Amino acid sequence: MLILTCPNCGVTAEETEFHAGGEAHLTRFGPGASDDDFENYLFMRDNPKGVHFERWRHVYGCGKWFHAARDTVTLEIFGTYTAQTSTPPQNIIDKISDRRPDWQPPQKQ
Amino acid sequence: MKKYSAFAIAREALRHHTGWQRAWRDAQPKKRYDAIIIGAGGHGLATAYYLGKNFGITNVAILEKGWLGGGNTGRNTTIIRSNYLQDPSAAIYEKSRSLYETMSQDLNYNVMFSPRGVIMLAQTHHEVRGYQRTAHANMLQGVTTEFIGPEKVKELVPIININGPRYPVLGGLWQARGGTARHDAVAWGYARACSDMGMDVIQKCEVTGIRSENGKVVGVSTNRGDIDCDKLGMVVAGHSGHLADMAGFRLPIESVSLQALVSEPIKPCMDVVVMANTVHGYMSQSDKGEMVIGGGTDGYNNYTQRGSFHHIEETVRALIETFPMVSRLKMLRQWGGIVDVTGDRSPILSKTPVEGVFINCGWGTGGFKAIPGSGWAMAELIAKGRSPLTDAFGLNRFQEGRFIDESVAAGVAH
Ligand SMILES: Cc1cc2nc3c(=O)[nH]c(=O)nc-3n(C[C@H](O)[C@H](O)[C@H](O)COP(=O)(O)OP(=O)(O)OC[C@H]3O[C@@H](n4cnc5c(N)ncnc54)[C@H](O)[C@@H]3O)c2cc1C
Ligand SMILES: [Zn+2]
Repeated sequence: MLILTCPNCGVTAEETEFHAGGEAHLTRFGPGASDDDFENYLFMRDNPKGVHFERWRHVYGCGKWFHAARDTVTLEIFGTYTAQTSTPPQNIIDKISDRRPDWQPPQKQ
Repeated sequence: MKKYSAFAIAREALRHHTGWQRAWRDAQPKKRYDAIIIGAGGHGLATAYYLGKNFGITNVAILEKGWLGGGNTGRNTTIIRSNYLQDPSAAIYEKSRSLYETMSQDLNYNVMFSPRGVIMLAQTHHEVRGYQRTAHANMLQGVTTEFIGPEKVKELVPIININGPRYPVLGGLWQARGGTARHDAVAWGYARACSDMGMDVIQKCEVTGIRSENGKVVGVSTNRGDIDCDKLGMVVAGHSGHLADMAGFRLPIESVSLQALVSEPIKPCMDVVVMANTVHGYMSQSDKGEMVIGGGTDGYNNYTQRGSFHHIEETVRALIETFPMVSRLKMLRQWGGIVDVTGDRSPILSKTPVEGVFINCGWGTGGFKAIPGSGWAMAELIAKGRSPLTDAFGLNRFQEGRFIDESVAAGVAH
């Protein structure tokens, strides 16, 4: 059972109050994009064993989307942050580096 | 390898069981193999088995980071059926189901295949139409299924409540030759047969890197040293994304946890497999008498082999409505497996961007039934570079938009 804090309304609740929305920070491609870019955006996923940046929605609360950084092996949540960003903020990166000294921030696809 | 037979049991009974052999050798890794298969789950072992049996390629190692069948192969609810909607699925799943019919004889290992029949309940009008369509498609594909009415469902499953308040049973898709098999035995039987052909089944050997030169694979790195190979098959289910990352490509896959549970053993009460996809629950009774129950997956990526409790609650709640007797059962055990789910809920059997590397994954919540057919097809793909059974399941389908959309038949439970 995950416990998440919604950065929009500040409520901390267990996961049944939220809905998982998959990998975060995908670059969206539309008409005119190359087949590779479009395929990458629509289907390809990092699916890492370890640190994962992902989208969540506070469905049974304020209803808004946000981001979370979580470890898929230990289920540790490093932190949650606003959905209004296309890269994880520095304080989240620092928290992860604290807990996982060997971890490298992902290269943008 | 000594054959198992009624005669062997009698002989061993007379000499205090001193003559049984190890089922497979505890092999040490060699320097080089013609082919390496990563993952000794059912799909990896079956791939190796058919490489040897159908193509005479026996200089093969199967590398397993844990123990044989300790992944999803030993964690599933063992439902076997082939009543899919799309032609490419029907072809590979029906090939697989038919191989299950003779697997115990082929492997000289009792896999306890029990073609007791599988019903997929239709509990909404939408599902009635969907399953009638599947029954018609199956007729054209040569897969024997039938759409049956609620009275027939009640006759086959006396413990069912067909007049539930929310989801009355409106009928069902019935596959009489579907059923179950003993999951561990499938892994053990293949391992024994592979070992007998001279292949090395190597447990506690984790692949930690994939070595390639000029875009072509040359071997793997493992916790037991480097091993070279000409061809490499990645057959690691939930860990496919992790392995693909080592090889330098991405996959359209997310790994999530799927849970199952079993009850205390009770007297025989249900001799078919019942799946209720609308309410996300499925159930069968094991030979020991336990009710074997499976449910839905978690929504978030997970590598922990355990899931969230509320899924168990939802599954059991849903089943109680259709099987009121479940409310009085004690549950004994619960566990999870990491399933590899693709964008169109169909598997991937494909070449990859690295020459000589082949991948078999994406079976997600429903690949136990596919083990022999998948191994058969994957062996052909590795040996010959092409297989008619895998053509439609290539990685390129995502770029080309040729999805094999089975989410109606296969999105939830298997
Ligand atoms: C709870 C549950 C219920 C299910 N119910 C059904 C059902 O009723 N019917 C059905 O058809 N299917 C069902 N499935 C799905 C089915 O179990 C899987 O699709 C199938 O077993 C996959 O087999 P596999 O051989 O591909 O994977 P696995 O059996 O998971 O084997 C992969 C192996 O690769 C190994 N591995 C991973 N990484 C490495 C590495 N780096 N180096 C070496 N080895 C590695 C793992 O240890 C593992 O043993 C269910 C799954 C679950 C979890
Ligand atoms: Zn909120």
